[in-house]
Amino acid sequence: MHILVCDGTGCRSSQSGLISEMFRDELLRKGLKNEVQVIRTGCFGFCEKGPIVKILPDNTFYTQVRPEDTAEIIDEHIIKGRKVTRLLYLDPDTQEYVSDSKHMGFYKKQLRVALRNCGLIDPENIDEAIARDAYQALGKVLSEYTPEQTIDIIKRSGLRGRGGAGFPTGLKWEITGKNPADRKYVVCNADEGDPGAFMDRSILEGDPHSVLEAMAICGYCIGASNGLIYVRAEYPLAVKRLKVAIEQAHQYGLLGEHIFGTDFSFDIKLRYGAGAFVCGEETALIHSMEGKRGEPTNKPPFPSQSGYLGKPTNVNNVETFANVPVIILKGAEWFSSIGTEKSKGTKVFALAGKINNVGLIEVPMGTTLREIIFEIGGGIKNGKKFKAIQTGGPSGGCLTEKHLDTPIDYESLTAAGSMMGSGGMIVLDEDDCMVSVAKYYLGFIVEESCGKCAPCRIGNKRLYEILERITKGKAVPEDLDKLRNLCNVIRDTALCGLGQTSPNPVLSTLNNFIEEYEEHVFEKKCRSGQCHDLLYYVIDEEECTGCGACKRVCPVNAISGEKKQPHIIDQKICIKCGSCMEKCQFDAINLKNEYKSTTVSV
Amino acid sequence: MSTKTNTENHIANECPYNGSLPEVEVKIKLTADKIEKIDAICRSFDNDPGELINVLHETQSEFGYLPAEVQDVIAQNLRIPVAQVYGVVSFYSFFTMTPKGEHPISICLGTACYVRGSEKILEEFKKELKIEVGETTPDGKFSINCLRCVGACGLAPVVMVGERVFGRVSPEGVKQIIAEYNN
Repeated sequence: MHILVCDGTGCRSSQSGLISEMFRDELLRKGLKNEVQVIRTGCFGFCEKGPIVKILPDNTFYTQVRPEDTAEIIDEHIIKGRKVTRLLYLDPDTQEYVSDSKHMGFYKKQLRVALRNCGLIDPENIDEAIARDAYQALGKVLSEYTPEQTIDIIKRSGLRGRGGAGFPTGLKWEITGKNPADRKYVVCNADEGDPGAFMDRSILEGDPHSVLEAMAICGYCIGASNGLIYVRAEYPLAVKRLKVAIEQAHQYGLLGEHIFGTDFSFDIKLRYGAGAFVCGEETALIHSMEGKRGEPTNKPPFPSQSGYLGKPTNVNNVETFANVPVIILKGAEWFSSIGTEKSKGTKVFALAGKINNVGLIEVPMGTTLREIIFEIGGGIKNGKKFKAIQTGGPSGGCLTEKHLDTPIDYESLTAAGSMMGSGGMIVLDEDDCMVSVAKYYLGFIVEESCGKCAPCRIGNKRLYEILERITKGKAVPEDLDKLRNLCNVIRDTALCGLGQTSPNPVLSTLNNFIEEYEEHVFEKKCRSGQCHDLLYYVIDEEECTGCGACKRVCPVNAISGEKKQPHIIDQKICIKCGSCMEKCQFDAINLKNEYKSTTVSV
Repeated sequence: MSTKTNTENHIANECPYNGSLPEVEVKIKLTADKIEKIDAICRSFDNDPGELINVLHETQSEFGYLPAEVQDVIAQNLRIPVAQVYGVVSFYSFFTMTPKGEHPISICLGTACYVRGSEKILEEFKKELKIEVGETTPDGKFSINCLRCVGACGLAPVVMVGERVFGRVSPEGVKQIIAEYNN
């Protein structure tokens, strides 16, 4: 028997490390140490219900396990064979407990290709990865295929870059392969900077060998013997597991000199990011790896011509690499049978925000947003109304109800005004103000712009200021036109991908939620009550006892009223400091997004 | 190779404008063993300028921050202008030139945390500790920082104190977190 304990970031943060320790201790005490194995795995994806514990071979899926539950699981399940019902997943629709993850709404529609080993193997044990076919594809490629044949397989599979832009992977390899040079490099872009995205992190933490193997295959194809992984310093666990994986692969001769006894040698080194979003852009990433400021440069020359240290460099994203070994083993036809006409295979998404099942999901391309949000995601939290879904991070846009039935692929998302991006999906509900959301992303861009080109450095700052005026109720009608014009200019003139896509959150909300912008500008009203400056402190006549405490504390004498009579706030004088609300002992003062003008004293 | 004993001399030699400035900031003198430590870190990367970021990572984990004096020594070792070192230090948000508190508090402002109210949590921390983002309390106990996404979106909003992660934090829970570290 096996007890799998999720050791992904989410579950780890809620004490899964302690849980696996306690399982081990308890097994030792019960003398079952040799019969039952405790394995710390990568992310299961169902982060909302973490920490996750899975028992094999009967596939029992326990959710929200606490350290004190471990003894009961051992006593009841392992020894007596009775499932601990209260820890099983409760289906919110049927109100029945589900023990096998296969039957859970969250997993039913998923197809795990890139995440195939996450939550199954111990990522720090290469034997477990090998038992799940790791390095078989590398062996097959080295013994059976020429580089050209291998590139052809990848090309025919239709695999496209999962980092955002969707460039065909096989073609990229071919171009880099054809550029003659004494030295070439394979680079894995693991600088996952999108806030709310943790796909790459989960792959690196749950199945690092899939990435190492694919990098070696790429090296064989393009004629490189050096690989570099550029990983965020914010991901200490991923860094640790990569280090362990590289060392173990070396011990097994799967990296290093003369792999599988052939002439092919390949080694991988780690390079660390230092907290700069722009370094996800490949030219910036290369400069950062060279120890410089991570500023992007004009393309051409493309990295495939002149990249790291001026040598041809092939840069792919983590998830792209994770797909490669399966394609080699199962064939291009198998892979291209999944997905839509132009986007093949599956895509991993990090589902977060106001959704019931926050987590990591992998679905075939062409799945609709409705399936993702309402079937896999389990709908909106607290029964609220769905408003929008933000895809593609700060470079993407917001999609609305009318896009719910669009099958997702690179083209359809772009056509709808957003983009695939790396795969972050943030669900927003009726309580979210779309102007504030756009402002949030712009704030991020302003902070992360490297400052090299004027449209991005200055333009985005101006965009942010206009949005700030709108949310503060100080905007004039012309600001809306200015906003749109400026967005277009930045999109057309910025130097790199970061700048060119930075206005997307504004443009897509302008297109889909223009009425909210207009309300802010013309009526000075925020319908979701998020913009503090557009709210009013109003005294509830029914609750007010007329004690006068608010009147005394008001610094601008905006409150009037007779003793023991309901008081009123003069909105023209009120500076919205909130002192009155804090002082009121009867909860009679509330924030409202509109007020009846009749109650205002003259 | 390096025979530095006093970084001050070195700066005075390299920066002719230093003396003419009306107020010269008092430099912290690095002790010889600290300089030796930096030298050792640089040596472990073969004094290769291409390894600058790795050198800075190691140095920061040793010293907790990267003051100007430390950058001087690194620049000398790697044989690059100190402006280049400073350029890199100031470019990346991970590097800091001011020491952090004993318990560095990081509030995640990633999108998932943002839509679940992390801004209110940040406000609460600022109010309770009476410091701004990037500052340290006068007693050196706490500092506040913002970060973007630690990948624990299922637990949003998330706060990190040192290495420890607090999930599903409410504005009311802020006091508890601070109290836990104040004893």
